Amino acid sequence: MLAQTGGTSAMTDILQELDQRRQTARMGGGARRIEAQHGKGKLTARERIDLLLDEGSFEEFDMFVAHRCTDFGMEQDRPAGDGVVTGWGTVNGRMVYVFSQDFTVFGGSLSETHAQKICKIMDMAVQNGAPVIGINDSGGARIQEGVASLAGYAEVFQRNIMASGVVPQISLIMGPCAGGAVYSPAMTDFIFMVKDSSYMFVTGPDVVKTVTNEVVTAEELGGATTHTRKSSVADGAFENDVEALAEARRLIDLLPLNNRQKPPTRPFFDDVARIEESLDTLIPDNANTPYDMKELILKLADESDFFEIQAEFAKNIITGFVRLEGSTVGVVANQPMVLAGCLDIDSSRKAARFVRFCDAFEIPILTLVDVPGFLPGTAQEYGGVIKHGAKLLFAYGEATVPKVTVITRKAYGGAYDVMASKHLRGDFNYAWPTAEIAVMGAKGATEIIHRGKSADEIARLTKEYEDRFANPFVAAEKGFIDEVIMPRSTRRRVCRAFASLRGKSQQNPWKKHDNIPL
Amino acid sequence: MFKKILIANRGEIACRVIKTARKMGIKTVAIYSDADRNALHVKMADEAVHIGPPPANQSYIVIDKVMAAIKQTGAEAVHPGYGFLSENPKFAQALAAAGVAFIGPPVGAIEKMGDKITSKKIAQEAGVSTVPGYMGLISDGDEAVKISGQIGYPVMIKASAGGGGKGMRIAWKEDEVREGFQSSKNEAASSFGDDRIFIEKFVTQPRHIEIQVLADSHGNAVYLHERECSIQRRNQKVIEEAPSPFLDEATRKAMGEQACALAKAVGYTSAGTVEFIVDGDRNFYFLEMNTRLQVEHPVTELISGVDLVEQMIRVAAGEKLPFAQKDLKINGWAMESRLYAEDPYRGFLPSIGRLTRYRPPAEEATPTRAVRNDTGVFEGGEISMYYDPMIAKLCTWAPDRARAIDEMRLALDGFEVEGIGHNLPFLAAVMDHPKFVSGNITTAFIAEEYPEGFAGTTLPDATLIRIAAAAAAMNRVAEIRRARISGRMDNHERHVGEDWAVSLQGQTFSTHINADKAGADVTINGATLRVISDWTPGQPLARLSVDGTPLVLKVGKISGGFRIRHRGADLKVHVRTPRQAELAALMPEKLPPDTSKFLLCPMPGLVVKISVEAGETVQEGQALATVEAMKMENILRAERKGVVKAVKASPGDSLAVDQVILEFE
Repeated sequence: MLAQTGGTSAMTDILQELDQRRQTARMGGGARRIEAQHGKGKLTARERIDLLLDEGSFEEFDMFVAHRCTDFGMEQDRPAGDGVVTGWGTVNGRMVYVFSQDFTVFGGSLSETHAQKICKIMDMAVQNGAPVIGINDSGGARIQEGVASLAGYAEVFQRNIMASGVVPQISLIMGPCAGGAVYSPAMTDFIFMVKDSSYMFVTGPDVVKTVTNEVVTAEELGGATTHTRKSSVADGAFENDVEALAEARRLIDLLPLNNRQKPPTRPFFDDVARIEESLDTLIPDNANTPYDMKELILKLADESDFFEIQAEFAKNIITGFVRLEGSTVGVVANQPMVLAGCLDIDSSRKAARFVRFCDAFEIPILTLVDVPGFLPGTAQEYGGVIKHGAKLLFAYGEATVPKVTVITRKAYGGAYDVMASKHLRGDFNYAWPTAEIAVMGAKGATEIIHRGKSADEIARLTKEYEDRFANPFVAAEKGFIDEVIMPRSTRRRVCRAFASLRGKSQQNPWKKHDNIPL
Repeated sequence: MFKKILIANRGEIACRVIKTARKMGIKTVAIYSDADRNALHVKMADEAVHIGPPPANQSYIVIDKVMAAIKQTGAEAVHPGYGFLSENPKFAQALAAAGVAFIGPPVGAIEKMGDKITSKKIAQEAGVSTVPGYMGLISDGDEAVKISGQIGYPVMIKASAGGGGKGMRIAWKEDEVREGFQSSKNEAASSFGDDRIFIEKFVTQPRHIEIQVLADSHGNAVYLHERECSIQRRNQKVIEEAPSPFLDEATRKAMGEQACALAKAVGYTSAGTVEFIVDGDRNFYFLEMNTRLQVEHPVTELISGVDLVEQMIRVAAGEKLPFAQKDLKINGWAMESRLYAEDPYRGFLPSIGRLTRYRPPAEEATPTRAVRNDTGVFEGGEISMYYDPMIAKLCTWAPDRARAIDEMRLALDGFEVEGIGHNLPFLAAVMDHPKFVSGNITTAFIAEEYPEGFAGTTLPDATLIRIAAAAAAMNRVAEIRRARISGRMDNHERHVGEDWAVSLQGQTFSTHINADKAGADVTINGATLRVISDWTPGQPLARLSVDGTPLVLKVGKISGGFRIRHRGADLKVHVRTPRQAELAALMPEKLPPDTSKFLLCPMPGLVVKISVEAGETVQEGQALATVEAMKMENILRAERKGVVKAVKASPGDSLAVDQVILEFE
């Protein structure tokens, strides 16, 4: 009896110690720092994981890892976990790997061991085929560790690169992310930021002031608004941590777990053949009057659900995800409401990156076209619109996923070719009866063809040109348009098109990699 | 009977007339401007004739163009609807000259009643009681001020040719008379092409009650009882009902008989409306006679069973009225809500654009309830800046007033309109207002009860709890679906919990859900509510039953929950696990950006006038700029004292919503 009691007691003690060690680790930098974190409107690393993952699904790795630095008295302070919480869990039952930097421990700074923890889960993610979600909230390098910290960053970078196109990588910037640290999120697929409490920059306001004499706040230099509107570094900005994490879950639900899987499907509550009569009047009578392409996207999508990527940047093109018949489809659409929906440097870059993401992860692409051409001007030419525009052309041309295109109105000139035309291996190229597929607008074309004729003559000939060419039928006669469809039945037609492409298999010739005009 | 009639109008009233004509086997001809090429009335009519560019003064009110359309189509008669040419004697004359029947009163009656000054004199002579006022024409602001002083404030400034609230202003002091006189004059000129203005005493505690009359060309005139139209905003009717909750039998009879006397005095035929202003002691005064079909005629039709348009057509064809006064009884109660393309959250300013969604509640008529929606628009249609912002008239009928209001609440909850700003939330709020429900209303109801405008309503706790229970049940459906995505780890699926915290309108309720095949029992605040619904994610309208009572919600998406619109409230409803709720509570409250330093254009419109200059100090309430939209001149005023830093717009500019007009220091 005594021995037994003693045995139980020793066992209990051991269990208790584990419990205690866990509790200490979970407290991170301690109650005071947690309170300070909350005071800044931010959640702690573990609280964020609680919101990201299904309740109770988180399995932590390396909870007791501590740093190995012995300089500057660091050996006196070796908190368990070393400023980052790592592990895996599920989002709606699907596996993801996650790391979450803990600002309450050494300001979330990255040490050699901190980096090793991140690398461990990234390696597992690639091996096991599951996305990596990184939650960034870090003061930067652990200065005390010097070059070991830099080495740690580079180890992470290398894994970001290797994981790119293999598993989805999503970065949630929820605090500072400065200096070299920015390059890890920069190489992931999507970056979400939190308004007013996160910022990213290579050099901070102090250095900027010293070097360039510019006076700028951290928020202005690298806040969520800056990066979603001006730089396009970030793909979405959210009000607070809770919203950013909820939206990250929504995004994860749209993505395949890795590049060997098809996009996920889920039960849907919508009619595949839903008729939308109002689309018959979407295109205004006047060809120069804008309309909101988002209405078409919402009316095509299952349950009007659209997850927009880079909503605030280069608004002349819309990118994002919808579901059709419960399955993810990437949407690229010209937006006539902004700059008449033309292509320019920013919109080409934005859409090109999106198309390449979709292609990398087997997500079919729906392209909605109303494009008057490329934006003219010195700013565009000097900025290299030739090469930037080529990015989108290249991305569409190399993509082997199912590609369905609907031309709603204008498809002029080179921009027609670029926007997932038949010639770039478009699988289904539909046009609405309102479509005008032409080398340019009627007036411009007439003025060139009939140079030197009187204004009256030009007006008459323009009318003739319009009657002959401002329609989808010239292109349809040549087979560049597979079918002219009623706007109201677009959802049904597009759903059927993608359904017929479920077995699509297309290979590009072997190459080490292509040489997209970066 | 006529074989073909032309409807010289557009919008809901043209559609309304076409419906009756079709029922009577009469072919219809629509006319349309460029802006109405795809309009509903054009689709409904058997034939349609294009009559010019969008502005009404180049199309719908150009008599020659309408006459040409009649000639072209061989229409034998014309229904003018309301507004436009309906009370234009020249049009009636032109028709008479062409031998085409006018579905309306004789020219003489239009002329006599069309002018508010003349009509008042005739009414007096016919023994109808009238309001004190100055009957002559007023030349300028100074004279207007002088006359107003003689009548005694407050006064009402009205366009002689006016109607529908256009060109009408109330002034409580001299400044307002001067300003009101000028803007009434401008509006009258642009709307009616007639800028004559008159002034009369503004009766306090007034109700607007009007009598529907119907007369034939055989000397018969009857009244189809009254309509109460006291719920008005800036003299524009918003909600009407029949009968009036205020009239007693004796007053009703007296008003009806005076109205018939007036009709007979001017040799009236067809449908007409005699408007009265009624004070708190049931004294009634003649206001004007509208010699046309009134916008709000459906409420009369619902309580009388008479199709007024049919009777107008029959009278125009020379038929006798098929009933006498003794046959006309009031049956039940009818309510009408006018759906305006006006944004209540922006001071009811006009909103234009595309109706991305337009789904009115289903029309039906049973012995115990009826829903009727007179509309001129459709989903995918365009609300243009050229015409009246009224897009539909939603009517309900029930055996008594309380039930008619109940029906209206449900009908409004189920009315889906997206793409433009509209007043549905406001209409719903009025239906829930205790004063309105009691029937104790005056024409000042809106001004008094919503002095700061409308910012949405606060729902009572009992309603919030019902909505919270509904949201918890709806969220469960959405969460279970999320957890059924492909690619899950077998045997390690997500378990969707039973406990959910629902936050709305600043309160958080803990809920526990027990779901079964038929519905869910939601325990909330110590009570268990049974929620039954066939709602599925993505449906914009949820029809639920919560503990046996219907609940209709407009449901949208927001991060972590739903946007729910119900009864004039627009709620962000978050449904979270207890852990999520605990963490969400730590999130800081973020305030919307400060825009008080700017005067923003509240609606798309044309700048008519900028009344201030940079550097000028302005007082609270001072006019800053005038923007014209939907033919209404809207004076934008300073909300507080301040100094103008810069003027960013100039007269003639056409501005979008929220475009900066002025910047303050």
